[in-house]
Order: sequence, then C-alpha cells, then structure tokens
Amino acid sequence: MDQDIFVVIEHLRGQIADVSYVMLAGARQLTQDTGGKVMAVLLGHNAQGLANSLAADGVLYIDHPALAEFNSDAYQIALASMIKERSPRLVIFGHSSIGMDIASGLSAKLGIPVVNSCRTFTADGKFVSQICGGKIMAEGDLPTPTALITMVPGGYKSEQGQSTQSATMTAASTPALDGIRIRLKQYIEPDTSDLDIARETMLVSVGRGIQNKDNIELANELAEALGCAVSASRPVVDQGWMPTTRLVGKSGKRVKPKIYLALGISGAPEHVEGMSDSQVIIAVNTDPNAPIYNIARYGTTVDMFDLLPVLTDKIKQAR
Amino acid sequence: MKIAVPVKFVPDLVEELTIDPGGTALDTSWLRLIINEFDDHAVEQAILLKERVGGQVIVAMAEAEGADDFLFASAAKGADQLIRLTGDFSSSNNHALARALADLLKELKPDLILTGVQAHNDLDGSIGPLLAEYLGLPYVGYVAGLTAAADMVTVRKEYAGGLIAEMEVKLPAVLGIQAAEQPPRYVAYSKIRQVMSTAKIEERAVASLDLSGGITISRMFQPEVTERATMMGGSPEEVADKVIEIFKELGTL
Repeated sequence: MDQDIFVVIEHLRGQIADVSYVMLAGARQLTQDTGGKVMAVLLGHNAQGLANSLAADGVLYIDHPALAEFNSDAYQIALASMIKERSPRLVIFGHSSIGMDIASGLSAKLGIPVVNSCRTFTADGKFVSQICGGKIMAEGDLPTPTALITMVPGGYKSEQGQSTQSATMTAASTPALDGIRIRLKQYIEPDTSDLDIARETMLVSVGRGIQNKDNIELANELAEALGCAVSASRPVVDQGWMPTTRLVGKSGKRVKPKIYLALGISGAPEHVEGMSDSQVIIAVNTDPNAPIYNIARYGTTVDMFDLLPVLTDKIKQAR
Repeated sequence: MKIAVPVKFVPDLVEELTIDPGGTALDTSWLRLIINEFDDHAVEQAILLKERVGGQVIVAMAEAEGADDFLFASAAKGADQLIRLTGDFSSSNNHALARALADLLKELKPDLILTGVQAHNDLDGSIGPLLAEYLGLPYVGYVAGLTAAADMVTVRKEYAGGLIAEMEVKLPAVLGIQAAEQPPRYVAYSKIRQVMSTAKIEERAVASLDLSGGITISRMFQPEVTERATMMGGSPEEVADKVIEIFKELGTL
C-alpha cells in the first residue's frame, strides 16, 4: 500500500491560498510517523508556475482548460480518477470554500471516509478535529486504507509549507472532463468603497453578543472615542447590522491591528482565522468558557452593556 | 419551482458542553439543541426564492426535541410541506443522514435543494455535498444569494477575503447556503400557533441507517489551553480602568 499523502492545492486567480501551505506543513509532520511522500496535487490550466513555492516531495499536475478556474464538478472528476489510480494513504483538502465543495462528494463517490475540520495530527498519526465552534476536540485513528481530510488553519505554520526549491512535477493522467454542470460566469471584486479594516491599527469588533442593531451604537461610540473603526464577526454581518466590508474572518478580511477589542465574540475558528495575528486581543464575553479566551491576551466576563458606556466616558476623559 | 430544505439540529454552543463518561461523545443528557444557523438561512433563502418566482418549499428534518416547533415556524414563514424523519438517530452520522434524506428526495424530486453549508458538529463530511453525490446532482457551497431561471440557478459563491464568484449551476442542484440574502425572518408565536392548527407534519420512517463512510472517534475533549487570557475582574469601572491602562501601555491612548 502506498503511504503517500496528497495535498490538494487551493488557488484562485494565480494565487495559492494560505491554507495550502498549512496543509503541506501538516502532511510533512504526519509523514514523520507514517513514512511516505508529501505530494502536492495541482489542478489548473497553464498553472505550472504555481508549484514553485510548494514544500512537497513531488507535484502531481493535471492541466486542462476545464480546470482553469475552481469548479467542483471538474475537480471531483479529476481527483476521483487520480485517487483511484494511485491509492494514497491520505488526501488533504482545505476546510474552505474550495475543499468543502469537493471532499464530502468524493467520500460518497469513492466510498472513502472523510474527516472534517482536522487541525493537527498527533505524533502517533491520529487526527484531531476542532468542532463545536472551537469548544470541543475530537480525536481518532485515520480511517484505512485511504482517508480524506478537510483541514482548518491554526495547527501548523504556513511558512513551513513553503519552499524555494521547486519539487519534481509529474503530469498525472487526465480523465475526460465532460458533463460539467457548473460554469463560472465572473468574479465580483470585494467592495472597496468603505475603509479597509485590514489597514487599521486598532479595531473595536462586535459579535453575536451585541444582541441587536441598536446596540452597535455602543461600539460606535467607543470606537469614536478611541479614534478607530468598528469591525464585526459573521453573525452580525449576516443579520445586516454591519456591512460585509467590516467582516473579519474566513470569508471576510484578515486583520492584524495593534489592539483588537472583541466584544461579545465567542472565538469560533472561522473568526479566529481572520484576527489571530492581532498584536493584543482584549476579549469581553460573559461566557467564561468562550474559546476567545484561549487566544486573547486579556479578558473580562463583565457584561459589555455595563462596561461600554463607562469605558467610553473614561476614554473621553483620558484624551 | 419546488425547493427542498433538509435541516438539522445541533448543540447550542451558548450552553456548557460536557463529554460523556465514555469520553468519545458529547454528554447529551443536558444538551440543548437548536437549529443549525446555516440551515436557518437555507430556509429563509428558499422562502425568499418562492416569493420571487413562485413554487413550493419543503422543509425536512430528522426527529429531535424541538423539531416540530421548528417545522411549524417554517410553515408560518411560508413553507408548504413539513417532513419529519423518524427512527433511531442516536448513533447517526452525516453519511447515514444524507442517505436517508437522499431516499426521501428521490421521491419528492425537487428542482432545487438548499441546505446549510456546514454545521459546527460535522465530523464525517457535510450534508449538502454528500446529498448531491447520492442524488447524482451538482453541488456548490458557500452560497450567499442566488437567482433562478427555468433550468439553471446563478449563485454568488463566497471565497476568502470577500471575493465572490458568480456561477451558473444546472438544475436540479444542491446548494450549500452560507447566508440568505436577508436575515432569517422573525415570526410571532401567535402566528405559529395559528399554523399549528392547520399545517401537518408528515412522518417518514427510516428503517435502518447505513453508517458506512463515517469515522470513529476514540477521544473527545475540551481543548487544552496553553496560554489563557489574563482575566480582569471587578466592577465595570475597575475593568474600564484596567483596559485604559493596557491602551496606554501600548501607546494607543
């Protein structure tokens, strides 16, 4: 049985997504226990150049016009054929808008188990998945002989998945990519009419704990006193209380301000992905078990509705 | 347009979660279940679509405490058909649930299936793409907004950093909803009460669950914390003073 670990490289518009490097770093650690090679799987069209930065023992490349842009139909056909032909030990996908579109479908198509939300591998080769908004970890043996994994960031450093030495590239056989039922029409660029929260040195960020739209005003007042911007987590944006331009996290912006004041944010992995590089995180959350306290430097369980007016007043006085 | 929305309940993360004595699963004895919030958005998106293009909305879920309330609330919002799967789902996984839902949907033959893009307790894949494969349909996830034509939907798929891909998907299809075009609507309890007297929930028995393709958990635990936040206690005034001190230390005030 082949012990190679396949890493499905995610890329969009000529850019490798950071999670690809995280997956390569995780795969590398796992091979120290399991042996085998780390193989980057690159699907694209005239995209060979993307392989240069990948820390892998080899690159399996399928070049086809139908793979020029991510397409869950085309990707699944190409990967199903490759997995059947090469029987790897493990195939790692990002727990992302790309990987999540294809990993489960391949599991059902090929009858191979899939493990979601893996964050790390233990020294003896078990998966450790992060579930329930980061509150619970689930560990188990990797299913045999082949397993599929979706990987969340946070467990490995992306620098460890990068390399300046290009790995040997092998052209993998290309199956017939017809019967594609999905077509990319166009990309729509992120809205740039608002200020760019990624460039702010300080952010007051609101989460579900803010409870309703009117309460956003409390955060606005504090931000105004501090002379900084207000950002938000996903539930707040989905409720329409804040515009998407202010969204921090997986599907929003990655921010790294000097101070990130998290108000009523639980610290779900999707959010943490976008703000964990902040220099100092101060968390205000009434739930003492909120995962946000695992990454914050300072925290308080004081009710934000009691704290905010007082804090805003005191900051005005201190100015 | 016939739109089916399979939904599921998940543990409420606001409550404290504990691990059962076996150490491999959540302790369910005190667990409060709520609708998976992405599924809630899927129901809303289905109803918005029905209001725009006409048709019917079917909401289906496995039985659970509170399931009927959710189904009736969906009817009050505009769902036309309510289905509850019955059976022993205590040891179920997403592969088994997707197979059971696929059996149901093969009969119902909807044009479009909308479901939440994920649930926070998914361990063996997500319902949407599993379902799509069992039904032989295309799948696109992370969808926030869509328009429907006769044989096709145009969806807005979200990528990292706020980039959107507009994609055309042939019908029938399965879509994983990240967010509806507007927040899930509120319905007054009086309206739900009204619906309860007229709407009915159809029961479908699921004889046996096929768990294959699932995974085995050998240990479940709360994350070990290496560096926990320094907690600031005291009155709001005292905490505010400490926060201001931190701001000053960092030269931001």
